Amino acid sequence: MFSRRFPIAVLAALWVLPMAASAQTAGPSGQAMAQTCYVCHGPDGKSAGPIAPLAGLPKDHIVRQMTEFKTDRRPGTIMNRIAKGYTDEQIVAIADFIATLK
Amino acid sequence: MTTTRRSLLTTAGAAAGLGIIGMPALAQGAAGKVVVIGAGFGGATTARYLKRLNAALDVTLVERDDRFITCPFSNYVVAGFRKIEDITHGFDGLRKAGIKVVKGEATAVDTAGRSVTLGDGTKLSYDKLVVAPGIELNFAGVPGYSEAAAEKMPHAWKAGPQTLLLRRQLEAMPDGGTFILCAPGNPFRCPPGPYERVSVVAWYLKNNKPKSKILMLDAKDAFSKQGLFQAAWESEFPGMITWISGKDGGKVESVDPASMTVKSGFGNETGAVINVIPPQRAGAIAQAAGLVAETGWCPVDPLTFASAKAQNVYIVGDAAVAGAMPKSGSSANVQGKVVAAAIVSMLAGKAVDAPALLNICYSLVTPDYGISTTDVYQASADKGITTTPNAGGVSVKTPTALNERKLEAEYTVNWYKSITADIWA
Repeated sequence: MFSRRFPIAVLAALWVLPMAASAQTAGPSGQAMAQTCYVCHGPDGKSAGPIAPLAGLPKDHIVRQMTEFKTDRRPGTIMNRIAKGYTDEQIVAIADFIATLK
Repeated sequence: MTTTRRSLLTTAGAAAGLGIIGMPALAQGAAGKVVVIGAGFGGATTARYLKRLNAALDVTLVERDDRFITCPFSNYVVAGFRKIEDITHGFDGLRKAGIKVVKGEATAVDTAGRSVTLGDGTKLSYDKLVVAPGIELNFAGVPGYSEAAAEKMPHAWKAGPQTLLLRRQLEAMPDGGTFILCAPGNPFRCPPGPYERVSVVAWYLKNNKPKSKILMLDAKDAFSKQGLFQAAWESEFPGMITWISGKDGGKVESVDPASMTVKSGFGNETGAVINVIPPQRAGAIAQAAGLVAETGWCPVDPLTFASAKAQNVYIVGDAAVAGAMPKSGSSANVQGKVVAAAIVSMLAGKAVDAPALLNICYSLVTPDYGISTTDVYQASADKGITTTPNAGGVSVKTPTALNERKLEAEYTVNWYKSITADIWA
């Protein structure tokens, strides 16, 4: 929804800025969205299992998995339904933050 | 500021000015003093994330009990496959995170003078107040029902002694008896909860007292995950559960604890065990503080969960009117993070980010049969909190080779471990 208000090029430019710059975007920050993942994937992405831990996953892997869930190329139980709630740009923003978790 | 806050937040140009006019006079010698009322899913999350986002904040968490017993998974205590200890969480983790946990009951809030009064007379001043009191049961909403009647006909809708009482009654119930559950109208805490409860009770009865029946008298005509629950009842416990919708007379007219009878349009029904879940409203302190609307719930700014009724006050969790978001532990957890980020930004004089909102509700039908509903949400000043289109929804209707029901049962358990670790560990 937010990408309609802001040209993708503007959002793309914002991703390379430090987190503080996210306050200027129209949508939620990557950090804010990523923190909602902790509901199931555990604090800071540390899950006891079998839900996949997110900490330590590289950005590209997260983007690929989320995109495959979103497009139903990867079967799943709940992630397909959740991934569809995010724009491609938001998925990248989430992955950017998740990739910082150790 | 109440009338201008929403437009300010949605206007990028004005957002920079928010810091100047939105900045309260800070309590002396601190980066900001925040008081949080309630150490449940919403309040404890908010306290924790306030410290995570700004360790210099002075965060005080007021809670009347020494520990929190979760409503999520309390149905499994009722059904006998979890212990009350498994769902009880202490506050040592919160203390280690730098939060001052104060035992006491908040009895009054002076929103003009920015202070909270506790039952023992202690006054706590604040720059920002977070009110997360959960629900208060409206016993009078069911004629014949009362706090005293709940000792015979438990609600078990606040986890603790009531949960154990219902468990004991179920254990004492004779084979062939009828378990009656009276479900309230919307809105109420945990929309799938009553239906999960009859499911796991049916699982217990099937394995222990197979001649028993379950009657569900409902004020509503539809419920959360309805298709999935009803299909599961048919496949797992054929003939055991009867659900009576509101239009078929399911709305309870009165209850009589002495004769263990429930009167509804469906007739006068006698049960061996009767579980009455009454209507609800925001916790008592929200009412005392003048934060509720006529509905009994707390209206909020959908972007920040700031109270629509008072300055410098935020509402988190079941007590809040959160648009399309259900009153769930997951919702409260996610809202707590939104409020923590909003408060940290406001106190620092920065613009507040748009909220990231999501909900996930897992339910077990049996220990090996799980289902879920989820949604991602958008928030706007004019439309409030709405579900993001073409996303979310419930578990697949027909399981595939993935074995979704078993997987989601495992994920239910993992969800609980994750969310409780995020909040109390």
